Formats: sequence, structure tokens, C-alpha cells
Amino acid sequence: MSQATSVPIAGSRPYRAPATRRSRSATSGLRWPVLVLFLPPALLLFTIFVVLPMGEAAWYSFYNWSGYGLPTQWVGFKNYGFVFANSAFRQALINNGLIIVISVLVQVPLALWLATMVTSKISGAVGFRLIFFLPYVLADVAAGMIWRFVYDGDFGLVAGIAHLFNVDSIYPIADKNLAIYAILGVVVWKYFGFHMMLFIAGLQAIDKQVLEAAEIDGATPRQKFFHVTLPLLGSTVRLSIFFAIVGSLQLFDMVMPLTGGGPFNATQTMVTFLYSFGVMRMQVGFGSAVGVILFIICVTMAFGYKRIFMKND
Amino acid sequence: MKFTPSRVLRHSMAIAFSALLVGAAATNVLAVDTIKWMHLENNPDNLKVWQDIAAAYEKAHPDVKIEFQFLENEAFKAKLPTLLQSNDAPSMFYTWGGGVLLEQSKTGAIRDITAAMDADGGAWRNTIAPAAVDGLSIDGKVWAAPYQSGVVSFFYNKDLFKKAGVDGDSIKTWDDFIAAVNKLKAAGVTPIAVGGGDKWPVHFYWSYLAMRIAGKDGFADAKAGKNGGFAGDAFVKASQDLADLGKLDPFQKGYAGATWPDEQAAFADGRAAIMLAFQDTAISQVHAATDGKGLAADNIGRFPFPLVTGGKGVITDDFGGLNGWVVTKNAPPETEDFLKFLTNVDNERAQAKVIGIIPTTKGAEDAVTNPSVALAAAQMAKATWHQNFLDQDLGPAVGRVVNDMSMAIVSGQASPQDAVQQIEQAYEQGN
Repeated sequence: MSQATSVPIAGSRPYRAPATRRSRSATSGLRWPVLVLFLPPALLLFTIFVVLPMGEAAWYSFYNWSGYGLPTQWVGFKNYGFVFANSAFRQALINNGLIIVISVLVQVPLALWLATMVTSKISGAVGFRLIFFLPYVLADVAAGMIWRFVYDGDFGLVAGIAHLFNVDSIYPIADKNLAIYAILGVVVWKYFGFHMMLFIAGLQAIDKQVLEAAEIDGATPRQKFFHVTLPLLGSTVRLSIFFAIVGSLQLFDMVMPLTGGGPFNATQTMVTFLYSFGVMRMQVGFGSAVGVILFIICVTMAFGYKRIFMKND
Repeated sequence: MKFTPSRVLRHSMAIAFSALLVGAAATNVLAVDTIKWMHLENNPDNLKVWQDIAAAYEKAHPDVKIEFQFLENEAFKAKLPTLLQSNDAPSMFYTWGGGVLLEQSKTGAIRDITAAMDADGGAWRNTIAPAAVDGLSIDGKVWAAPYQSGVVSFFYNKDLFKKAGVDGDSIKTWDDFIAAVNKLKAAGVTPIAVGGGDKWPVHFYWSYLAMRIAGKDGFADAKAGKNGGFAGDAFVKASQDLADLGKLDPFQKGYAGATWPDEQAAFADGRAAIMLAFQDTAISQVHAATDGKGLAADNIGRFPFPLVTGGKGVITDDFGGLNGWVVTKNAPPETEDFLKFLTNVDNERAQAKVIGIIPTTKGAEDAVTNPSVALAAAQMAKATWHQNFLDQDLGPAVGRVVNDMSMAIVSGQASPQDAVQQIEQAYEQGN
């Protein structure tokens, strides 16, 4: 379970970086006592709850260990071999990739489009802003359970629709070819509101005079969007994509009640894989190896993305 | 790790609280031992039975307090390893026996209760069915106090069977069963309800088929790695039979994503005719039904898992659960005595009456009132072999592979040969 804490680091590290930079420039005026007084608590908490569990997970990953007693059976890199040889893990990797692609290509543009709609002065825009944001407010587990009902081919919404058209009901989450798309649908539905909110904030920060100037110069709405709004929104878009990627890698809470990674591991993500194959099977060593791999992927992605796309933000 | 901050908080609160108590304790000379009882029971009626028993014990032993701790099933499995190694370990907790109990026994986190069982010339041991004590013993040491057991068998909807012209009582062999499935299908009835998404309901089929074909000795040989282990001929044949059943498409629609409650509901609503399930199905199906009523009690028939022609198993070989209470290393010394009290005839009777358990204490079986549970109890009384659920017996790692493979076989996702090969590999890897 230590991975549950190690994962968010990928997201939180980038914020630490500017913080340290700022404090370094500010320390010149401050005295050491302040540092001595205020740094240790934060450092201690960070060490106990973040650094140590990560180190422990890395250490466990070299043992064949059930979680009981102390790990004694050293197996070297064998656990990592088992992880990569596991077809369910490979499926989880593919699924995580797919979730990232859909998040970036469907969810973010959709959120941007809706954000431009609800920031324009149509009546009811504020109401829609709220409605679009609602799914994001919902707890992930609750969303999973709601959609489990929607996708239920016996009594759910899908069954009702099928009944209406007098066709045989379908069972999206029982079909291994359909299930992942069912999950993707829920992912987009659940999180587009969050990205939309980011974009709304970004749009509101854009100076209206710039848009007016473009208008006076005879720019069409389309030109205004692609040549004025979008470039000015660049940093928000990059941030939004960053959140989409990190969020996709961590997807777990919603999948568990919805499909539990099934049928036939078709909807396994890396974190559900870690939980089902590491924790539930009492293969803590194996699970730790998955956690370490997940951590490396998260950190590489997060830092890589920051370096390449967000260096000027 | 997620729980740690709250634990820190709890600890600091506990420290503050105990500081307050120091003053009070000064006047209270009597030391009180607290037995922390960790259970998975979320039905308040059932819990009441235990609370009454605990209250009776506390009354007779003023120096003992019993505290109930509840964890949800899956949360319990996930948290227990950490819990056992912490200072928050319960004094006694629920067990399914099998491979998990074996792992726990190796760690020194739990206490062997053999001495308590055998004290006073075996005063406690002699009150309990020997098979139950054996089932929770490892290498001659008793690691848990048994209190209930069960057997899995087929339950069917008599009306639907009549509609299809099938006689449930005449199903004696697997071929009879397959013929019944075909007849039900021809009559437009969904033959079987199964929770394929949860997988373990499907593992009942694979396990029983393997038991019927390999027999008791064949199973023991497989565990010992003889005759190809779990990849041996008997297990390939069992898998093949299961694959053939799957090819008939006998399950309710969407079974691959269905959960155990879905399976129960499909049976209780009369949407499917057969279910392979626990002894208390006639009771539990009522709550699972969409209308809250379920099938009428006299509409539910029951037959043991049929024999496979040419197989080595016999009809009195049972497959089912066996549950008990494990005592932890630092539990108060009175814990064993309380367990002895909990499992005495009167208290087992009380549990049988309300909770519907099949008691493991001798002489308590007369309190089983439900006719369908009584039938199961009678079958168990004649058992020649009681095999624990494989997903418990073989330990969580191998057990879940058995569940995965059972589902893969029945749905045609894996060939019988590949599936048993994977089970055998997981077994070898774990032993």
C-alpha cells in the first residue's frame, strides 16, 4: 500500500522545486534559527510518510514476501521479471496508455470547448458550469457504483434503452472487448469538469482588450480562438494535460467498484493490478515491484513533461 | 500507509485518555484484561447473539472485558498482515483456515491453542468434531478454534425444473447434469446462475469436478507434486468437463461481469434455474431477491454435486468452508477460556438457531432449524472427506490463480491444458 503515497509525489515534486528556489533566494535575509525551527517538522513528515515508505517498497521488491513476519527470502530482480512476464500487467500498461491518449485527445479538447461555451455570455451558462462540474465532485467510488448500475444489462439504464428499442440488451462491463471503452467513457465523464474549470480560470485571466483588438482588426471567431485565445491559454493547456497524464496513471478508485479490473483483466490499470495481484494475493514483494515500476514511470513522465513542455511556465 | 495519520491521532488520543485514567485506576485495584474480538459480521441480529454471549462471559468473569472490532471482508484480508504486526493487533480474529492460516502460523504473530484444547484430558477438544479440529490444525498443532463449517451443493428452482421436465432428484452423474442443462435450455429456461465477475463462484465447479475425478488420494498426490501435480490428467479432465459445460452457454447473460449478489438475485428472482452455492442458500436468497421475497422455501430443491463417471471421488466427499477463531500472540490469557465458552454446546446452539451456522461442536446440530441447512448438516455428518475452499486452502496467491483459471476455462479464454499448467506453476512457485 505504500505506493498509494508514493504516487502523488510525482505530482507534488514539481511544486516543491519552485518553492525551494524561492526560499533559497529569501534565506539571505533570514536567520538560521528560522530554518532550524521550521524545516525539521516538514522534513520529518516528508521522510516518514514519503521517503521511508518508498525506500521500504524498493527493498521489499527484492524479496518473495507474503507480508507476514519479516522478509527473508531474497530473490533479486525475479519479482520484476514476473511483473513483466505477466500478461495482465502488460494489459494494464496498454490500458493506462489508452487512458492517457483518450484523456489528452478527447477529454482536454472537450473541456476546452465547453469552457469557451460556458464563459461566453449565454443565459444559463453559470448553471451549466455547475452541471458539468458535478461529476468531478462525486467520489470516485460512488461514480464507479453508479456507472455499474448504468451499464447493468439486466436492470440498468443500458437494459432500459435496449428494451425501448426492442433489442437484446448488451452487457458492456461483462464483455472483455467493450469493458475498457466503458471505463474510458466514465473517465471522460468524470474528469472533464475539472479540466473545464482550469480552462475557465485561464480564459478569465485573458485580457478582454486583446480579443477586442482582434475583433476590430476583423478576425473571425475561429481566428480569434486559434490565434489569440489558445496561445494565451497555452500554459493552462499544458498544465491540464499534465494533470490528465498523472491522473490517468493513478486511476484506481473508480475502476474497482465498476469492473474490479475484469473481465479477464481487460480493464486492469497499473494500480488495480498492484492491488489485485500484490495486496489481495499477499504477494507484497511482487506488489512492491509493481509499485516501484509505477513510481519510475510516474516520475519519468512528470519530470520529462515538465522539462520538455512546461519549462517556460 | 493511508491509515497511519489516523493511527497517530488515535494513539495520541489514547495517551491523553490514559493519562486521565491514571487517576481513576489508582482507586481501581482490579486489573481488567480486554479481549479484542475482530469479526466480519455486519448483520446486527447475528452480532447480537455474540454480544449476548460476551456479556454472559463478562458477568461470570468481572476481570475480563470483551470489545468488538468490525472489518469488512476484503478490508480485513488486506489489513490483517499489517495489523498483526502492530500494537493494535486484535486478541482473536476470524479465519477460513487453509494457506492463509499456514502463513500466519509461520510468523509467530498467532498463538498455538493445542495446550488449551488438550487441558484437563482434552476437555475442550473432545467437545468438537475431530474433522473440524483437524481442518484448522497444521502439523499436529491447533491454530484456531473451529465454530462453523459448511458444504457447497446444487440448489434448483423446482417450478423451472418441472417446466423443462427435469427431475432434480434423479441427477446422479455429471452426464445427468449436462442432460438437465440441455433440457432447461430447450425449454427456454436459463439453466445456471453464476457470478463470473467475482470468479470464486466458478471455482466451486472446477474444484468439485477435480475432487470427483481425482478423489481424495489424487488430490493429496497433486499437492505433493506427484503425477504432474495440478497439471495431471485428472485435473485436465476436470477442466475439460468445465470447458464443455461452458460451451453449452448455460449461464445468465452478462455472467462474466456478474458478482455474487447478482448470481443470488438471478436465482432468487427465478431468472435462472440452478446455483452451486453455500448451505444457507435457502435463507440468504430471500435477501438477495429483487422483490425482497425470493423463492418460496418449498420451491427450492437441493442435490449434492453429481459424480463423474469413471472418477475416483465419492458422493460423500464434501467441498465447503470451515471457520474458526485465531488467538494472537499478545492476547490476554483468558482468550482461550473465552473461546472454549463461545464454542460450548449451548452457545453453538444459539448461533445455529439465529445465524444459521452448521455448528462444529458435537451435539449442537439439533439446533439447526432450517430444513435445507439441516440437509446439508446431515450430509456433512457422513462426510468421507471435507475439502476446504481451494482459494483458501492453497493460499491466496495460488487460490486466486485457481479462481482466474476456472473463469478462463468455462468462458473459453484458456484451454484446459494451459489453465492447469498455470495453476501448477503458481503452486510450485509458492511452495
